[in-house]
Amino acid sequence: MNAPAETVVRVDGAAKKFCRELRRSLWYGLCDLGRELAGRPREDALRGAEFWAVDGVDLEVRRGECVALIGHNGAGKTTLLRMLNGLIKPDRGRIEMHGRVGALIALGAGFSPVLTGRENVFVNAAVLGASRAEARRRFDDIVEFAELGEFIDSPVQHYSSGMFVRLGFAVAVHFQPDVLLVDEALAVGDIAFITRCLNRIAELRRQGTGVVFVSHNEMQVREAAQRCVLMHHGRATPYADVDDAFRAYGSLADRNRRDVDAGYVHDGVVRITAARIGPRNGGGRLGTGDDASLELDVETDAACPAAELHLRVWTPQGQLITELRPLARGQRFDLPAGRSRVVVDIDDWPLPPRRYRFAGGFRRDGEVLGWSRDLAFVDVDGAGEAWLGEGLVMLRASARLVPGTAA
Amino acid sequence: MSAERHTRRLNVTVYSPAPGLGRGGTLLADMRRDLARSGGLAWQLAVRDIRSQYRQAALGLLWAFILPLANTAAWLFIQRAGIVKLAPTDLPYPVYVFTGTVLWAIFMDAVNAPLQQTIAAKPMLAKINFPREALILSGILQALFNAAVKLAVLLAALLVLGVNPGPAVLWVPLAVAALILAGTTLGLLVTPVGILYTDVGKGLPLVLQFAMYVSPVVFPPPAGGWGAVVFALNPLTPLLLTARDLLVGSAPAQVLQSVAVSAALLVALGGLWLVYRLAMPILIERMSA
Repeated sequence: MNAPAETVVRVDGAAKKFCRELRRSLWYGLCDLGRELAGRPREDALRGAEFWAVDGVDLEVRRGECVALIGHNGAGKTTLLRMLNGLIKPDRGRIEMHGRVGALIALGAGFSPVLTGRENVFVNAAVLGASRAEARRRFDDIVEFAELGEFIDSPVQHYSSGMFVRLGFAVAVHFQPDVLLVDEALAVGDIAFITRCLNRIAELRRQGTGVVFVSHNEMQVREAAQRCVLMHHGRATPYADVDDAFRAYGSLADRNRRDVDAGYVHDGVVRITAARIGPRNGGGRLGTGDDASLELDVETDAACPAAELHLRVWTPQGQLITELRPLARGQRFDLPAGRSRVVVDIDDWPLPPRRYRFAGGFRRDGEVLGWSRDLAFVDVDGAGEAWLGEGLVMLRASARLVPGTAA
Repeated sequence: MSAERHTRRLNVTVYSPAPGLGRGGTLLADMRRDLARSGGLAWQLAVRDIRSQYRQAALGLLWAFILPLANTAAWLFIQRAGIVKLAPTDLPYPVYVFTGTVLWAIFMDAVNAPLQQTIAAKPMLAKINFPREALILSGILQALFNAAVKLAVLLAALLVLGVNPGPAVLWVPLAVAALILAGTTLGLLVTPVGILYTDVGKGLPLVLQFAMYVSPVVFPPPAGGWGAVVFALNPLTPLLLTARDLLVGSAPAQVLQSVAVSAALLVALGGLWLVYRLAMPILIERMSA
């Protein structure tokens, strides 16, 4: 077992180009078709309106390993996954897939709405390459996993979206693949079901399946993956450590946001000219457990009564952590004409070490007076408090054993 | 279980930009393997489509021959009213036109199947890797099923009209299979481009309508002139004539031609299957673009 596990996915310099315009794209498709049928190699150079969606990616996945692909929308994750799945051919490079490939990509694709769940299980199993005998053998497990009960004999058009996805997932994970591709499949469904899915993926992994996992959900990636590949504009950077990968992704996320939205909204009545966040006693970096304060420099042309302050704290990946709304306590500010400063005190900073983004501004009865998506960024240190877990918030906790008690 | 999985020799699949035709031997082996693998799936898909189709239609199986029935009625009217002067047929005209339109409807089903099946499966094609042959096979199975329904009704109607085909009826399935072969071949020919450009799907009915008038469907082949040449060159002519002769119990006059056309169609179908296979990854790229 000490020898490195067998490789099940090997990608060498894979690249794929796409076209931005539909009409040209169709025409290029026709040209490619002609070349393929004439036995000529593919056009290697970029044609007009084309770009490299995946640009020279290397990747190796071994048995029992889960590698996560992270990155922005449009970074090339799904395109890479589709090449691994053999749906589209690479324009450059080489991809080697060992054994049976399973994909959790289009859950329930091939379901017919008027057929019952039972009938669709057999159709879907056949689509995924399982024989009818194998499907029959697994049928009870599938129904149990999907928790459909008697709905299994109703037409799937009467299913809720959750039931639909549960059945699709159940069919997909009950046939032992050597490689499993997962693309945002767990974006729907309730927490209990997602947990069972992640457990099932872990179980397949223990049995020797190699997993490639695409998700925007940091928690799911941390739960499922041992290694990460960060994709950006079609290029891939491997990280042996998931934390490192997310740190790098976080700084990408900041830069990207700046590109999209370079600051303030926009002819507001109230302009936030500067924002700072740090330890309340001044100096140094904010640590978990410290008292913090956020200062906003504000400028208005005319006096602005009854302004409500709204603030939100986000992870750089765009996950909302919390909303601060002093208005909930009936607090409004009468902003004078000219410059002023608003100070927000946050006691006992409860969030673990990482980077955070503040968004927010002023409103009045639903009207936006001035707003910014990137009000301030703060890197929180772990110096003040040892941080041993994962997750969004830190609970101060200690555990003790009470011997000899029973319920 | 896991130990066994570890020691098993795994099939390795390689994807590269090299053109598929460059891999002659492997390509043929892959085609054979995928054809074998797609049988079960094709069956499942065909059963799924047939069930869904009839479960949501109040008239159910009736739809299988409403179109030929309507066509027959129209042509009977045209002939009886003397709107168009038709050459006399050996058979009573209602028998001639009803057998013709039913056989033509069977052929049309088969022509439409490959493109229809492939377009309907776009969401699956774009996301799941399954043997693409299954779609074509499923289309053929559905065409066969629909043909069986139509033939059953047609035979019953013939008996009512006083036509008894006799033992020759046993050859009818083969003749109808040849028609479905012709339809599938034509359908598969237009499918790759039809997936890229919707013009093909829109133009196909027009072409088929014209084709119907140069085939012995609603009137007999002209005896002379350039019309006779067109009918003689039309590969559908012997197939339709043979099928009709067998259905009404007369001796088929164009058996040899039918066999020759069928053999040529089989070869063409093999070539088009190869084209379809090579085209699929390229077309799927453009589906999601």
